Amino acid sequence: MNTRVTIAGVEFKNPVMTASGTFGSGMEYSEFVDLNRLGAVVTKGVANVPWPGNPVPRVTETYGGMLNAIGLQNPGIDVFIERDIPFLKQFDTRIVVNVCGKSVEDYLEVVEKLGDADVDMLEINVSCPNVKEGAIAFGQKADCLFDITSQIKKKAKQPVVMKLSPNVTDIAEMARAAEAAGADGISLINTLTGMKIDIHKRTFALANRTGGLSGPAIKPVAVRMVYQASHAVKIPVIGMGGIANAEDAIEFLLAGASAVAVGAMNFVNPYTTVEIVEGIEQYMEKYGIKDISELIGGVRE
Amino acid sequence: MNRKRKEQARVLSQRMIAPDIYDMWLETELAKEAKAGQFIGVYTKDASRLLLRPISICETDRDKNALRIVYRIAGKGTAEFATFGEGQSVEILGVLGNGFPVEEKKDKRVVLMGGGIGIPPMLELLKQLREAGTEAAMIAGYRDRQLFLKEDLEKYGKVYIATEDGSVGTKGNVLDVMRQEELTAQVIMACGPMPMLRAIKHFAKERQMEAYISLEERMACGVGACLGCVCKTTRKDHHSHVNNTRICTDGPVFDAREVDI
Ligand SMILES: Cc1cc2nc3c(=O)[nH]c(=O)nc-3n(C[C@H](O)[C@H](O)[C@H](O)COP(=O)(O)OP(=O)(O)OC[C@H]3O[C@@H](n4cnc5c(N)ncnc54)[C@H](O)[C@@H]3O)c2cc1C
Ligand SMILES: Cc1cc2nc3c(=O)[nH]c(=O)nc-3n(C[C@H](O)[C@H](O)[C@H](O)COP(=O)(O)O)c2cc1C
Ligand code: FES
Repeated sequence: MNTRVTIAGVEFKNPVMTASGTFGSGMEYSEFVDLNRLGAVVTKGVANVPWPGNPVPRVTETYGGMLNAIGLQNPGIDVFIERDIPFLKQFDTRIVVNVCGKSVEDYLEVVEKLGDADVDMLEINVSCPNVKEGAIAFGQKADCLFDITSQIKKKAKQPVVMKLSPNVTDIAEMARAAEAAGADGISLINTLTGMKIDIHKRTFALANRTGGLSGPAIKPVAVRMVYQASHAVKIPVIGMGGIANAEDAIEFLLAGASAVAVGAMNFVNPYTTVEIVEGIEQYMEKYGIKDISELIGGVRE
Repeated sequence: MNRKRKEQARVLSQRMIAPDIYDMWLETELAKEAKAGQFIGVYTKDASRLLLRPISICETDRDKNALRIVYRIAGKGTAEFATFGEGQSVEILGVLGNGFPVEEKKDKRVVLMGGGIGIPPMLELLKQLREAGTEAAMIAGYRDRQLFLKEDLEKYGKVYIATEDGSVGTKGNVLDVMRQEELTAQVIMACGPMPMLRAIKHFAKERQMEAYISLEERMACGVGACLGCVCKTTRKDHHSHVNNTRICTDGPVFDAREVDI
């Protein structure tokens, strides 16, 4: 049975990854899961300089999901290269670094600094709904996305995956813009912009007022978008949004994802990723599937 | 080293000890590892409510693998917990957070302050300080005559009571007791609502005392991964490299001088 998948020339031992921002750089959850079992660890978004993030409350629960407005707090790329990459290198798993910025120059600085770093892939977050300055615009207008993707591609030494926002009218158009600009892959979905109001206090539940919705509540939207995006482009797609178990993960694969990432459900069950790796193997055994590639895009039309 | 883990605990007993305040004993291996001031994450059974509810460790009985939590019904999650009966299983994540500096401060004169639902963690703290050879005084602040945990606390030290309405003990807050009873100490350890903790921070600074305070914030992961539960710090944090620290891992207990509250 083969569970390996290849994305932009990088081979992953299985298609199960962690979703950026929900798993730190793996340190915290390494107490719960053997990182060697994962296809990849996708790290928390990192910028050129440290960011303090948003005021609290930053997280709140919603029906079957949660809203977050962390505001991309991160220690900056220099600390990340010195501390987080060596930590992850101890494990036999792929390292995908999620990059964020407020301007094209910010992104390019991080990408250049990562040029000599021993990491396997870059995921460019142009879709965070929680940062006031710019950023999200790159992910919501096809021409902006094309522009930033081409500039990053010129500088990047590793394959580049563009992380798309679901807060757009036409996800296929965005996927095509990323592909046309030379992206090696796309990942989706980032969180859906939401809001929650405390009716007793008459205040916003989050200090930022709006936040990104994630968790099981968003899964059908994510599956639909992964299906549409993967049919619009030839480059591989990494699917995410509400994945809680192997059944969910397989649904994304069948919709067209070459790999999947687990986000908010790590908080609910810290063992989710490894349980999904095992669950996919059991599913393949049950249906006599020899190669996981048979599942990718395998929904019967 | 003890590893954090998610476990199925079993309810040993549960009863209401004041209006909307519940006292639950859980059977779990985590009881052996728990320190005063640490907490566990309790999960609801309703899948529409995903996140853990952080609840402080109120008392442990290591020999029986028993861990006690005392909580107030604050919303739907805690209302669900209140329906749990003996024998029922509960998913918990633990042990979380750092805890109070019991060993480090055992040779000092210590006074504990708990306000409202901040009183429960003071029970295990008072007990662990006593085991370490420190006789600490305890000041418990309640809203009114609906006292809870008072007799339990009295087993391990001298207990002073403050009530907002003056129906029992000193009328006012925990610091009013400090002044009225002319209590002195080198170290304050406290848990309670934010205005109380802010007042303690200023009080301690004025009198050049040390203060360790336990903070609360909304949490998603409880283990330091999501950066949801931060508190502003006076200095750059070792992990985040900004003036923000994670309450779930670097706290919930902080030296009051180090946090900007
Ligand atoms: C370190 C720590 C220790 C705590 N110890 C205790 C304790 O010993 N006893 C006790 O009664 N309460 C304690 N609390 C508060 C307790 O966590 C909340 O009252 C509880 O989460 C409310 O859940 P709910 O579902 O009833 O409320 P809801 O309002 O329905 O909860 C919705 C969401 O908000 C979160 N939330 C709501 N209020 C709080 C709060 N005050 N702090 C953090 N998250 C909150 C919930 O966890 C949940 O994710 C503690 C909080 C922290 C951070
Ligand atoms: C607390 C939190 C922090 C996140 N931080 C980032 C981030 O730094 N960069 C990013 O590209 N996506 C971030 N995301 C989005 C997730 O990677 C993921 O795309 C989204 O949550 C959907 O997946 P899920 O439903 O499994 O959580 C974050 C999500 C959460 C819940
Ligand atoms: S709750 Fe996630 S970092 Fe504290």
